[in-house]
Formats: sequence, C-alpha cells, structure tokens
Amino acid sequence: MAMRALVGCKRVIDYAVKVRVKPDKTGVVIDGVKHSMNPFDEIAVEEAVRMKEKKLVSEIVAVSCGPAQCQETLRTAMAMGADKAIHVEIPAKEFELVQPIHIAKILAKLATDVKADVVILGKQAIDDDCNQTAQMTAAFLDWPQAVFAAKIEKDGDSLAVTREIDGGTETIKVNVPAVISADLRLNEPRYATLPNIMKAKKKPMEKKTAKDLGVDLTPRIQVISVEDPPVREAGQKVDDVDQLITKLKGLGRI
Amino acid sequence: MLSKLSTATRILGRVNVSPSTLARRRPWILPYLSSISSNSSKLENQSAPLSTKDDGLEETREKSREAQIKEPPSDLKKYKTSFGKDIFLGKFDLDLFEFPEVLEKERHETLHEMLVPIERFFSEEVDSKQIDLDAKIPDKVLQGLKELGLYGQQVPTEYGGLGLNATEYARLQEIISLDGSVAVTLAAHQTIGYKGLLLYGTEEQKQKYLPKLASGEMVAAFALTEPSSGSDAASIQTRAKLSQDGKHWIMNGGKIWISNGGTADFFTVFANTSDENAPVKSSRSISAFMVERKFGGVTNGKPEDKHGIRGSNTAEVHFDNVKIPAENILGEEGDGFKIAMNILNSGRFSMGSAGAGGLKKLMSIAAEHAISRKQFGKYLSEFGLIKDKFVKMAADIYVMEAMAYTTAGLIDGGKYEDCAQEAAMVKVYSSEATYRCTNECLQILGGMGYMRDYPIERALRDSRIMSIFEGTNEILRLLVALNGCKHAGQGLRDMVKQLRNPFQFPNLVWKKAFERRRHANDNPKLDLKLSRFLHPSLEAASESLEYSVLRLQFGTEMLLQAHGKNILDEQLMLQRIADIAIDIYAMTCALSRASRAYCIGLPNAQHEVHLAEYFCIGALHRVKHNMECILGGPGTNGDELSKAIADQIFKHKGYFPEHPLNKTFW
Repeated sequence: MAMRALVGCKRVIDYAVKVRVKPDKTGVVIDGVKHSMNPFDEIAVEEAVRMKEKKLVSEIVAVSCGPAQCQETLRTAMAMGADKAIHVEIPAKEFELVQPIHIAKILAKLATDVKADVVILGKQAIDDDCNQTAQMTAAFLDWPQAVFAAKIEKDGDSLAVTREIDGGTETIKVNVPAVISADLRLNEPRYATLPNIMKAKKKPMEKKTAKDLGVDLTPRIQVISVEDPPVREAGQKVDDVDQLITKLKGLGRI
Repeated sequence: MLSKLSTATRILGRVNVSPSTLARRRPWILPYLSSISSNSSKLENQSAPLSTKDDGLEETREKSREAQIKEPPSDLKKYKTSFGKDIFLGKFDLDLFEFPEVLEKERHETLHEMLVPIERFFSEEVDSKQIDLDAKIPDKVLQGLKELGLYGQQVPTEYGGLGLNATEYARLQEIISLDGSVAVTLAAHQTIGYKGLLLYGTEEQKQKYLPKLASGEMVAAFALTEPSSGSDAASIQTRAKLSQDGKHWIMNGGKIWISNGGTADFFTVFANTSDENAPVKSSRSISAFMVERKFGGVTNGKPEDKHGIRGSNTAEVHFDNVKIPAENILGEEGDGFKIAMNILNSGRFSMGSAGAGGLKKLMSIAAEHAISRKQFGKYLSEFGLIKDKFVKMAADIYVMEAMAYTTAGLIDGGKYEDCAQEAAMVKVYSSEATYRCTNECLQILGGMGYMRDYPIERALRDSRIMSIFEGTNEILRLLVALNGCKHAGQGLRDMVKQLRNPFQFPNLVWKKAFERRRHANDNPKLDLKLSRFLHPSLEAASESLEYSVLRLQFGTEMLLQAHGKNILDEQLMLQRIADIAIDIYAMTCALSRASRAYCIGLPNAQHEVHLAEYFCIGALHRVKHNMECILGGPGTNGDELSKAIADQIFKHKGYFPEHPLNKTFW
C-alpha cells in the first residue's frame, strides 16, 4: 500500500506526576516538572511503526507543536521508529492558550504539505482530555475519520478499522486518505531501545512556525481561574430508602 | 531556569575589577569566568585543566607548591601521577577541585534520553520481589535488557554497542542497580566478563566476539576465583598447556562462585601457564584466555543458593581438557595477572553511583515514612535521632556520587595512566556506606523494615556482597595504603638524600625541622592554601582537608621511618593510613562538587554546601582519631594487646575466656 503516515505527538506532563495548581491560579505548575509523550500518542506512533513493519506504511513523519522541549518528544518518536520529525515551534506562553482547533489547522496544513495518506493521532491528551483534534483535523481536510481505533487492518485499498463504541466495538471501512485516532487497546508501545535512540539523532528534524503554515494562533479562550477540585467529603450511611429521600431533599438535590 | 552565571556575575558586577585581577584574588571563580566573557558554555573549556591555563594564577600555584617537597628530577612523564598516591607525599593535585564536566551538550542530552526507557523498563517489567523469591531472572526480562542495548554499554558503536564512556556508564548504573540481581548479571557480563577483550583484544578477536556479546547473543563471565585462591589471585591452579603443534591450549581446572557461570557461553578464564617445574611463583605465570562453552569440556555446577542477589546465577565452572585455539589468548603469555587487575580496576568506581542510585530510592521510602508516622504525638521526622540518621545518609550519598563521578571524570579525561587508587577508594567507601545506610533505612522503618513486603530488607541482603566481591575491602585498603606508601617512599628517598646534605639544601633542612615540630604539636602549617580554590563559604572545610593531607604525609613519613619495608606486616597501621586517604579523597570530591554547585547556581546549592561541610566535620574526627592511633604508642592504639589476644583466640580455636559461671573452687 505504501502510505505516508503523519503522527501527532503531544508533550504533556508525565502521567505519574501529581499535578499542582500555581498559587496565582493561572494554571498548573510546569517548571521543573517531568514531561513525556502523551500515552495515546505513543500508541499512535507504535501503530504507525507496526504498519510500517507490515509494509502498509512506507514513511512515518512525527509532528509536535509547542516549546523547544518538544524536540525531546520527537526524538523519542524517532527512536520508536519514525523516519523524520517536524517541530512546529510555539513559545510556552502562547502554547498555554492553544486549543485543538489551532492544532487541527496546523495538522491539516502539514498533512497536505507532506502529502500524508493517513494521519494517526492519540484519541485525547491527558492534560486537557479534549478528544477534539482528530475529528477537527478530518473536518478541515474533508477526509474520512475513524476515531477510538482498537485495530487497524488493510482492506483492499482502504482500511478496516475496528473502533470502540459504547456498546462494544464496530468495524468500519475507511477510504484512504483518512484520519485515525488511537485508543488504549490498539497496541502496547515498545520501549525505545538505546541503540535506536542513538540512531534517531541522525534522523532529520524540521522546524516550522505556525506563521509559516499560515495558521493564526490567536487565543479563542481566556483562562479566568484554575483551581483544585473540591476536597472529597466523607459519605453518609443511611438505613433505608425513606431516609435516603429525606436526606436528599434536605440537601436540595431532589 | 536558574542562570548558571548568577553568582559569578553578581560578584564581578559588585567588585568592579577586571576578570584577571579577580581570578588572582579569588581563584575559585576562574572556571566560570569564561562563560561570562565569551558568552559560550563553560563546558566547551572543560578540556583545559586548571593547572596549565595561563591565567595569572601561576604565582599563586607556585607559592602553593613551594610548601611541598621539590619534585625529584625525572624523565618527562606522559601521564600525571595519581592524586590518591600523591596525597601520601602531602602533594595535592588542584585539578581535582575542578569537578569534571565530561559530557558536552549533545552527549548529555542523549544520555538523559536513554535514561527514560531504562527507568520505565525497571519500574514496569522488573519484579524484584519475585526475582528474589524465585532466585531467577525471567527470560523475558533478560530479553528486554538485551533489546534495550544494555548488554553492550561500553562496546564501541562500530561493534554494535552503545559506546558509553565511564561517566555515562556510571549514570546508567544508578538505575540498573535498582535490582541487585539484574545489576550483577549485567556487570558480570560486561564490566568484567568481556572487559578483557575490550581492553586487550586484537582487532580480529574483537570483530569475532564483540558484536555477539554486545547484542547479548553470547553472555560472558569472568572466571578467576578458585576454591583455594580468592584474594590471592596469583596462586590459581587451573592450568593451560600449549599443545605439541602449538595450535591449541589444553585447559584443566575448576573455578568457583562465577557470576553467570551457569548461563555464559563466553568466559574470560585465567590459568597458570608457567612451567610446572618452575619453583618460583612469578607474576608472569598467569595468562588470560577467551573460552567458549562450545569448545567442549566446559561444565558448570548448580546455581548457588545465596543470601542476596539471589536472581543472579552463581555457579562452579569446570574445565576438563578444554581445547582453546591459540589465537584465543588475551594479550601475551604471562600477561594474565596484569589483565585481571586492570579489568577489576576499570569497573570498580561505578559502585559509587550504583549504591547512590539504590539508596536515593530507599531514602525516599524512609522519608515518606518519617513524615507521615506519628509516635508520642510527634512525627518521626521531628525526633533528633531520626533526623541524624537521614543527615548521615544524605552526606554518604552525596559523597558517593561525588567520588564516583570525579573518578569517572579522571578516567574519561585520559590524563592518568590508571585510576586504580581512586577507584579502590570509591569502592571501599561506597560498599560500606551503602550497607550502613540501607541498614539505617531498615531501622527507621522499624518492624515494617524487617518485613519482606518492603524492599528494604532485600536491598540490605543484596548490598552485603559489595564489600566482598570485586576485591574485598580488606585487600583494597591494603592496596591503597601500600601503593601510597610505596609512592611516598620513592619521593621520600630523594628528600632524605637532600636532608643528608644540609649544606647544599639548608632551606629544606630548616623547613623540615619546623614542619616536624609543628606536627608534633598537632598543628601543621596550612600553607597549601586550598581554600583559595574553593568557594569562600567552604573555607573551614577546606582547612580540615588541608590538615588531613598534611597529617597523612606526616603519618606516612613516621610509619616508613619506623618500619621501612616491614610496613607490609603492620596491617592495622595500613588500615588507618588507608582510611585517612579515603576520607581525604571523599572530602576533596565533596568540596569540589559543592563549590561548583554554588558557583554555577544549582538549585539547593546552599544546602549542598552545608552537606559537604557536615561531611568534612565527621571526616576530620575520623582522621584525627586514626592519626592518634598511628602516632600514639600501644597504650593509645591497643595494637600490642590486640596481637596477643588474637594469638590466644586461634590457639583455642575460638573464644578462650572461661565461662563467667565457672569456678575454680567451691
């Protein structure tokens, strides 16, 4: 099939880190905090590499938008098997207000520029949990989308994607070019081996800016305040249903 | 992100003098000036050592050196003399105060990228508790380690390895040591198993074996120890005889306690190749061979059931008329002992970072416990005795890291012929500190620490071996002391010649007389002025260091004067001298690290300075105590009594006092 895959990798705060809110309530503490690739994006990269091993894909281009440190994320993607990388540099301050719609525009432009046949993204990022970028990218490109993919197989000249739905799974036939978003059960990402990390240093990494791609990053939102969720209160035990209804009425819930 | 130049620029700005004048007054700022003046990273200037830069400091250094004995005239040496040996002569190599910065940006970044998958692998795939219970590392884990590339860390990239230098290797050990069994399995394979090939192999030998060893296709082991030859490595009895046609060596013998003995396909074996009829055991009687299991005749015993590192395979290996191709000899016939010693020397220093890595994790567990557990209405962390344990632990870890990376820097710098002395010092200190601190962590957790559910008791069992293998601490202490005394003896011989010519060298005679008098009053003149090369806040600590160096010099002189060549038999004295030298090296590394941290503005640098100061206070106590025992007579050090009692014990084959309840009459 020999497709070219564009894979998105977002640099997010590591899943194991306990996130703390900044004292001025403008956001969360980012300085000095461990960051890594979004786990769903790792699954996306892994799937692209597996498709390359199965000869469905001939070239993998990894892309990441954000501050300079995103290059580390891209190097991890290349160590896992991506052939080249594109870093869309967005300064940290500006990046805080960037939303999926901006990223989707960037990815759509890049997909056209590199002539990608399939765009594989993680289904959502673990910092904002938006679950919008893949869908919006498909819309901008006017390409078919297969989100929450749990399995991707070749089906003639198209792809048969098994996707997670509320009731279980469904399998759909998707014409290429398409946008796919990776869900948890798609695969288990490999460890980037140390020799591959060293080889990745020789792979090409391009730097672009949003302006180069003609994308306007003007924020569409304004952050008013970021606060901790309320502390979980202790529960109460009731003896029977009548007491439960009385209590709920008393709290104004019904 | 903290500016690296904050302290230096603040001082420059405030003082308003030219950099060169400032450097003369405050030499410690020198390494960091280049970053301000040229706007380039200090790291690019790391190759030029402090002592050869033309920076206006020559005058200061000259004065410093005048306080030391004049260097005896010798041929131009290619290598510098070892720091750990020169301190026995009271000479302090100021280069050690420039904490090594070996890795330039590119390599530093690559190294840190490598740490991520390794950490992840160890936290997700390595179940240390199960490995300890089963006394086996699962094949899946070993396969994962091979795929990660961890079987060829120091093999050059052209042979398929990672090509790591000593510093990078030491950094990886911090994570790998999180599981003792895995760490020893990997170390037995590469740090000693095929290190001989790396250091002494010919191109053909390397091409033949290194790629397979680096990928883990072949596993290696180091076979030196025998039932009757442990520390006395030169007395091994495994024999190898050259066949009639000169094409093969035939090897017969047995080795014990060989790590990876049961799993390895490639052995670096040491055998006696000298003439059987030769009466004298010489250091040229041993040769090193690369033996493949497939040569036939190689068998191994069952895995030994061990106290710790239970997942690592340890077994007897027997060689029964093994035919070894003649081209599989390492180096020349007779090089074996030298090869064995160099192999062991080359990997020793990483014990510092390995111990530190494991301890940091344990310390977090203990600290978490101390700040959450309450007794008597207060958190454990509020009690003085508990605080003391943590502080001593932090100081030990700090010093272990400083020593390991300083030694790695010395090795990577390539200016020294070998760093055997310093590596031995790191090993002795780190092995004992790791066991001691792990023990304290267990104590802090109390009953919980004793339970197998927590990783501490396993860590304690795993770390017990550190004082035994890779050269027992007793042997290494003797090595440090004797190497130092031998080096001092050579330097002193020239000094004694000069002292015997008072009319030709009157200054020296007077200087020595005054020096001796001051030493007799335990008040040596601190004219090395080491404090000028460190940040001013470390002045008191640097004086302790200087005092220790000068006392070591004095102690060595007194011992050599009193015993001469018989110093070999005075093991208690040698142990004291060695302990002083180790404390000196530890202080040097700690102060160098703290000074740099403060100067480049690392976070928490102020507290690092405190930690270094705290360590030096403790070290000074030990140095003073050891000197007192060296210089004081039998009444102070109890050595005569000790010898007599020891003889009694062995005469009685054990404890000799009569039971306290026994009576001689009723």
